[in-house]
Amino acid sequence: MNSTLLRTTALRSALRASAPTAATRAGLAGTTFVRGKATLPDLPYDYGALEPSISGAIMELHHKNHHNTYVTSFNTFSEQIAEAKAKEDITAQIALQPLLNFHGGGHVNHTLFWENLAPTAQGGGEPPSGALAKAINDSYGSLDAFQTKFNAALAGVQGSGWAWLVQDTQTGSVGIKTYANQDPVVGQFRPILGIDAWEHAYYLQYQNRKAEYFKAIWNVINWKAAEKRFQ
Amino acid sequence: MSAPTYTLPPLPYAYDALEPHISAQIMELHHSKHHQTYITNLNAALKTQAEAVHASDITTQVSLQQGIRFNAGGHINHSLFWQNLAPASSGDAKSSAAPQLVKQIKATWGDEDKFRDAFKTALLGIQGSGWGWLVKVETGNEQRLTIVTTKDQDPVVGKGEVPIFGVDMWEHAYYLQYLNGKAAYVENIWNVINWKTAEDRYLGTRADAFKLLKASI
Repeated sequence: MNSTLLRTTALRSALRASAPTAATRAGLAGTTFVRGKATLPDLPYDYGALEPSISGAIMELHHKNHHNTYVTSFNTFSEQIAEAKAKEDITAQIALQPLLNFHGGGHVNHTLFWENLAPTAQGGGEPPSGALAKAINDSYGSLDAFQTKFNAALAGVQGSGWAWLVQDTQTGSVGIKTYANQDPVVGQFRPILGIDAWEHAYYLQYQNRKAEYFKAIWNVINWKAAEKRFQ
Repeated sequence: MSAPTYTLPPLPYAYDALEPHISAQIMELHHSKHHQTYITNLNAALKTQAEAVHASDITTQVSLQQGIRFNAGGHINHSLFWQNLAPASSGDAKSSAAPQLVKQIKATWGDEDKFRDAFKTALLGIQGSGWGWLVKVETGNEQRLTIVTTKDQDPVVGKGEVPIFGVDMWEHAYYLQYLNGKAAYVENIWNVINWKTAEDRYLGTRADAFKLLKASI
């Protein structure tokens, strides 16, 4: 099952719809809508496979409950927005936008997140190589220096949100950006690697000691997936 | 370069006093760790700010604003929150402890149940971390009640606004007990709302509601 997830590009897999008909692919950025339903992607590893960095209990709740709620809510609001469109109800369409952004963003973010994690036995924590490694070294000096800056960005998230290693589609350079709540990485920047800083991502295991979670998660980062997203 | 140093206010009840609605483990972490961290970070930011003021370093002062807002908000919100909770067995946890407030709630929402439904809907509609508050808004000689939600640790400190009671919707407020079932948390918290505190804040002024913050200096 992991091959399906990894074979697709980040954006396509994030949008992967399970509809049986072909006419279901749509662009990202919320300008068009997938007519088929979004579905919860399988994890490419077992719930317990990221222990001890992330507990099996966290992974199961996070995937089966949190991510799935984003998927079902996204489908609900997608249907509502399609209805509003059919009725030419512009105010209803606008009112639904934040909900689509939040739940669609939650679906996209988590889909990318599962892919950019891996058990240590499957390469989790192995440092990046090739062009991505070079881009990181050029910008940050070393992988260690990059991780220190990334963890500082994670610690600086006020409330719920994510930190991402992104690639600027205009210049090709890499950078670290934080996003509030479930705001997805769209537009000028391409998501390369994301870490979830919502409390549900670590609280059962780390409680208020989030710095320990930010430190431990690098042991299960799948740099191979990140390299595939980097262009 | 002296700046005020805030300290953690003691809880007005034991950590396990809100069980089974909020577990002792949640209360202890929430109070002794989360709330304390906001205070620690606030004090550090205020100290740096005092130094920047002394040094006429305006860029540093401006760059500190968001951190002060976040951490001061965390301190204000949690201080108000502890006071507006009470053990379920206490008479204060019954809405009959707030006759005047309940009268205006009924006048505003029709009845108590409709108000609770509206409050619950507001809480569950929060995207990400935040709070839901019942707020008294005073404009001139008029006053009205309204439900507001705020993001992250933004405090209710607008002109004429008196926070009556708040519910913390950060995941740390319920996750160890309710996991992703936040609707159950939002349902159960009604059992431990301190209506006596709510009545006092409703009848009092904004300065009264925030008095305890001065006491924590």
